[in-house]
Amino acid sequence: MTTTTLDIPAPDFTAPLPPRDGDRVIQFRQALREAMSEEMRRDHRVFLLGEEVAHYHGAYKISEGMLEEFGDKRIIDTPISESGFAGLGIGAAMYGLRPIVEFMSWSFSLVAADQILNNAPKMLYMSGGQWGCPIVFRGNDGAGGQLGPTHSWCVEGLFANVPGLKMVIPSNPYDAKGLLKAAIRDPDPVFFLENERLLADRAHVPEQEYYIPFGTAARLREGDACTLVSFGRPVHFCLEACDELAADGIDCDLLDMRTIRPLDIDSIIQSLAKTNRIVVVDQSWPFSSIASEVVTQVCEKGFDHLDHPPVRVNTEDVPTPYAANLEAAYLPNPGRIVSAVKETLR
Amino acid sequence: MPRRTVYEAKVEFVQILDEDGGFDEKLGKDLISDEQVVALYEHMVTCRELDEIAFKLQRSGRMGTFPQNKGQEAAAIGTAHALIKGTDWLVPCYRENAALFMHGLPMHYILLHWMGDERGNEIPPGVNITPLCIPIGTHMLHAAGIAYASKLRNEGRVVATFFGDGATSEGDFHEAMNFASVFQAPIVFLCQNNQWAISVPRESQTASETFAQKAIAYGMPGTQVDGNDLFGVYKVVKEAVDRARDGGGPSLIEAVTYRLGDHTTADDARRYRDQAELDAWLAKDPLIRLRKYLETNDLWDDQMQTELDEKAKVIVREVVKTAEGIESPATEDLFNYTFANLPDGIITQRDTLRTASIGQNPAQIGLRTQRQNA
Ligand SMILES: Cc1ncc(C[n+]2csc(CCOP(=O)(O)OP(=O)(O)O)c2C)c(N)n1
Ligand SMILES: [Mg+2]
Repeated sequence: MTTTTLDIPAPDFTAPLPPRDGDRVIQFRQALREAMSEEMRRDHRVFLLGEEVAHYHGAYKISEGMLEEFGDKRIIDTPISESGFAGLGIGAAMYGLRPIVEFMSWSFSLVAADQILNNAPKMLYMSGGQWGCPIVFRGNDGAGGQLGPTHSWCVEGLFANVPGLKMVIPSNPYDAKGLLKAAIRDPDPVFFLENERLLADRAHVPEQEYYIPFGTAARLREGDACTLVSFGRPVHFCLEACDELAADGIDCDLLDMRTIRPLDIDSIIQSLAKTNRIVVVDQSWPFSSIASEVVTQVCEKGFDHLDHPPVRVNTEDVPTPYAANLEAAYLPNPGRIVSAVKETLR
Repeated sequence: MPRRTVYEAKVEFVQILDEDGGFDEKLGKDLISDEQVVALYEHMVTCRELDEIAFKLQRSGRMGTFPQNKGQEAAAIGTAHALIKGTDWLVPCYRENAALFMHGLPMHYILLHWMGDERGNEIPPGVNITPLCIPIGTHMLHAAGIAYASKLRNEGRVVATFFGDGATSEGDFHEAMNFASVFQAPIVFLCQNNQWAISVPRESQTASETFAQKAIAYGMPGTQVDGNDLFGVYKVVKEAVDRARDGGGPSLIEAVTYRLGDHTTADDARRYRDQAELDAWLAKDPLIRLRKYLETNDLWDDQMQTELDEKAKVIVREVVKTAEGIESPATEDLFNYTFANLPDGIITQRDTLRTASIGQNPAQIGLRTQRQNA
């Protein structure tokens, strides 16, 4: 038996993507809203659920105007029960709907850990393919500017360990729209990690519909000195570092992974074959991090290309501090990335 | 009989001092001495001044984010007064500052905390308060655990934990209530029902008529009290505390109050709530009510008020000065307290910042200011 939830037609990923350049400049948060709204207009099974998403338009104003357009049956304010609304969303997904669950912050998803880690990603597997779980969990991830140890989580290292889920971490508005649309159309649970510090970023976002396939990295800078791998907010630190390095005649190949699961390791190895050096920048803790995984796969699949041991730039191995000066010392930044790249060239 | 009633329950509402200053002699006589009422009123006024100043500090960029306590002081103070300082424990969330100060937390700690300094959460030794809790609801289980541990150790202490109406939607609330009751732990669950959880009104949070009645399901007494009535709060909390100390187990108290300010300084409540509702609650302000009571009983006059206002300003000015005079934490603080005994690896990280950390290459020494978008 197959359930209807598995019969959703995949978007046409072979269609060429619209150009990144243009003058339709909108904020990252608007790009997310546009993705959700377009999918909701197309498919009445899609709905948004979470704390403050309706009347308040979301704690970070991502769902502004959506209650007004779609009504309170599809844009739903919940009580403060993360485990409750995550589980409810999973049930609705099993039953054929297409929920988007917003966590005010991924930090607060931890009280819903059993639902999102122990249920959603295993449902299909445990039911021998009978119960699908096409759900998107999304929210803010990462240190947001002095939110303290319990409120600044980067959950990617912790959650990406779990088989059965997909994980998306966009760094810019264009990708945010195309990736979120793909996430909503995806038949499996997708963990979509946004960053508060990026929500006001502005860039051209095409008005048309487009879907960015998972597992395809974007090359943001071209060079043969060193491969830089990152995702999410630290991509911007890498861009700054690339500019600074380029001024010294050091051109890096910068790959923005965009999705962590699946991980586009092929693009990394291809780049490494050209540069023979690699620095991985990850804004979460070093131990068992996404950076650790990338470096491991690089050693497994690209060892012969390496002229220098792979280098990681992570946060310090301590809980996220609260004080401004300590938080700045804790996070990756362009200066550290420049030093790391230069180290590989020594 | 095929059908019979197997359980019936009632939930009481208690009010002693109403919003017009009317006083229920039967319930309130000799409850709190005149001298103490005056002292508690003075504390209330000082806490309100701190609250207003903290708000202004935020607006002028000298404070990160601040959740105003304005309007909820009677609930905090009435509760704190019913507990024994230095013996009993307070397990707070973030909207009961007045109670924390009464149990020994220096006022500047709260400012320091919201100015973005973890050291505001380093509770001085001997002060029985746990750190502020940001993940909603999780601390109630700690409170139940502290109460249970204290019971095992036969200490005769009582724990009071504070949380909002919104927090009752978290599973942790229900688990804490259930555990406390099954284990007969000496604890008082103090729900400050301030009608709002950020922009979510009370009626979207629960379909129950009261929060107090949630106690019934867990087999403990639940009482609703006018949370802006110092006497009422003190009375019901004192009864619950005495019962807990005598081995009678936990209680739930719903203090019906109102968040007169925004959720935090990052919020603007005018976007989602009516001015008329706010106005109605402004008239029920615990400060106004208590002052009326004092005046009716010849315990207070305008001259005393003027002096108190001046004194509160001076105290708060000093508190702000103290908080702002504290230097930013030293960078090695980043590593301290990661473990009870710092492992060698962390000590090396601390002593050679960014020269020997995992995930960090020896050359990664550049410390630059963050790119800020917001
Ligand atoms: C687990 C968790 N979910 C969400 C939040 C975000 N949040 C902070 S305060 C708050 C509302 C709390 O309302 P209530 O319990 O009524 O307390 P009040 O702020 O009204 O005093 C929310 C949703 C959080 N801090 N933790
Ligand atoms: Mg509330």
